[in-house]
Amino acid sequence: MMRNIIVTMKVTPKPEEIVFDSVTKTIDRSKATNEINPADKNALEAALQIKDKYGGKVIVVSMGPPFWEPFLKLAIAMGADDAVLISDRALAGSDTLPTSLTLARAISKIGDFDIILTGEESSDGGTGQVPPGIAAWLGIPHVTYVSQIEIVEKGRARVRRTIKGGYEILEVETPFLASIELGCNTPRFPDFRRKRWAEREFKLKVWTLADLGLNPEEVGFKGSATTVESLLERKPPERLKRKIIGSPEDIAEELARILRSLT
Amino acid sequence: MALNMWVFIEQDEGVIEESSLGILSKAREVAEEGGGHVTGVLLGSNVAGEAPRLGRYGAHRVIVVDDPLLAYYHSEAYTRVMEGLIRERNPDILLASATRNGRDLLGRLAVVFNTGLQAHVIHFEVDGEGSLVGHVPGFGGNIVAVVKNVKGRPQMATVALGVFRAQELWGEAEVEVLRGRLDPSKFKVRRVEVVRRETIDISKSKRVVVAGMGTGGDLKLVGELAKILGADIGVTRPLADIGVAPRDLQIGSTGVSLKADLAVVLGASGAPHFVSGIRDVKTVIAINKDPEAPMLEYSDYYAVGDLFEIIPKLIEKLKG
Repeated sequence: MMRNIIVTMKVTPKPEEIVFDSVTKTIDRSKATNEINPADKNALEAALQIKDKYGGKVIVVSMGPPFWEPFLKLAIAMGADDAVLISDRALAGSDTLPTSLTLARAISKIGDFDIILTGEESSDGGTGQVPPGIAAWLGIPHVTYVSQIEIVEKGRARVRRTIKGGYEILEVETPFLASIELGCNTPRFPDFRRKRWAEREFKLKVWTLADLGLNPEEVGFKGSATTVESLLERKPPERLKRKIIGSPEDIAEELARILRSLT
Repeated sequence: MALNMWVFIEQDEGVIEESSLGILSKAREVAEEGGGHVTGVLLGSNVAGEAPRLGRYGAHRVIVVDDPLLAYYHSEAYTRVMEGLIRERNPDILLASATRNGRDLLGRLAVVFNTGLQAHVIHFEVDGEGSLVGHVPGFGGNIVAVVKNVKGRPQMATVALGVFRAQELWGEAEVEVLRGRLDPSKFKVRRVEVVRRETIDISKSKRVVVAGMGTGGDLKLVGELAKILGADIGVTRPLADIGVAPRDLQIGSTGVSLKADLAVVLGASGAPHFVSGIRDVKTVIAINKDPEAPMLEYSDYYAVGDLFEIIPKLIEKLKG
C-alpha cells in the first residue's frame, strides 16, 4: 500500500487573456479566466493513476489566495482525497525561493508521503524552479520532466524523463519528487456526484504561516532573493497580416507566387 | 568590481551543448566591462580535451571535474559536485543554459545556497553594486520583467536558449582538472535505459513547416510540402503532447524558438505559448480554416481555407 501522494497545484490566468497596459507598465490579470495550471492537472492525473493502481491517498496542496478554493474543490471532484490551501497575506510577492520553502513546509506537515508530483512549470511564471526547490528543502531526490511513473517494488519507482532527443528511464527510491510534463496524459473529468459533494460538504483545510512555523520575514517580498525592478513591453514583430481568401486553387496559386518570390 | 562569474558548461557523453558557449561569450563581455573573471565549469567523463577550446568562446579558466558518473546529466551527482565546488571557491555568479538539465540543476542549487535564481533570461548585466540584473520574458514573450538578485551568493540565472551567439574571439583557457570520486551506492536515482532518436536542431533551420492541431497530426502532407520547400518540420505543443513528434520539434515557450527566414504554419490557432517561438522568423505564412484566429496577427500572409485542399494544389504548383 502506498503512502500519501502529494500534488502541488497552482491557479493561473489563461495567458491569452492577460492584458498589459503599456502606459502604466502593469499587468492586468483581472479580466483573464482562471484555471488550474495545465501541467498541474497532468500531475494530478498522474497521481490519481498511481492511486488507482497501487493505492494511497492523493492530497493536493496549494499556496494562494482564498478565491482558489473552488479550484481545489475541482481537484477533489476529480478524485483527490484531501486538499490544503496555504493562504496568508504575507506570502504575496514570493519568488520561487520562499514559494518552494512554504510548499515544502506544508508537505512536511502533511507527512507520510512516498511521492510528490508537481507540474513541470506554471503557465504564468514558467520557471520550472519550484519542483527541484521543494525537493531540496525536503532533502529528497527529484526527477524533472517526467511523463510516466510505475512502481516496480515497494520503495522503488521507475520513471520516464524527457531528455534532448528522446528519453531516459530512471529508477528512483521513494520518497521522491517528480515534475510532470505538460500534456503527457489526459486529465479525467470531475465525477458529477463527487463534484456536488465537494462543493457542498468537503471542508478545505486552510493553513496560515503560523501553522507552518514560518515567520513573515521568511516569505513574500522580504523572503525573496530576487526582485522585479520594472516591466518592459516587448512588442511583437510587425507583420503584414495580409489575408488571402478565395478558392483553394486561387489560394494555392497566390501562395506559390509568394513562396517563389522569397527565394 | 572583480566579479567571479561561473558558467556551467553542459555536455552529454562528451558533446558540449552549444548554448553554453554563447553564455560564455556574453559573460566574457559583461566581465570585461566590469573587470570580472569568467570560469567555465565542465562536468563529465574524459572531457578534459574539450576544455582548452572553451577559452576561445570567453572562459579565462576552465574547471573540469572528471568522473564516470558525470558522463551524462545526473541530478544528484551533478548537484553534489557543484555544491562542493561552490562552497570551496565562492563564485559571485553562476549561469547555466535554460535546458531541462540546466533548470533542474540550478533549481536545486538555488535552494541549497538560499540564493536568487532568475529564469530563462534573454539579457543579463551586473550593476554598480555587483548585483545580477536580468531580463525575464513572460506572457508569451511580450512582456519582460527586469529582475535583480537581492540576496545570496552565488547569484544565479538560467539563460534562454539561442539568445547569445557563441563568439570565437579569445585565446585558450587555463585548465584545472579535478577528480569526482563519486560513490554510486550513495545515489537514490539510477539510469537504467536511454532511448534517443536522431533529431535535428530546428532552431538553426532556415525554413520550417509547422504542423498545428488543424493537420490532425497527419505529418505526411506536411512532410511533402516541407520537402519541396527544402524545409524542416516543427510542431505545436498539442501535437507533441499526443506523441506525433518528439519534444525537440516543439515550437514555442516550452520548446524551440525559431530563427528561420520562413515559417509556414499549418492549422495553428496562434496560442501565446506558440507564437513566442516564431517571433524571430523573417516571413510567416499561415494556412488556417478560421478567418479570425489570433494567428492572423502573427502572420505576414494568412490563407483562409482547408489545408488538405490547398496544400496538394500548392505542392503541384511548386513542382511545376
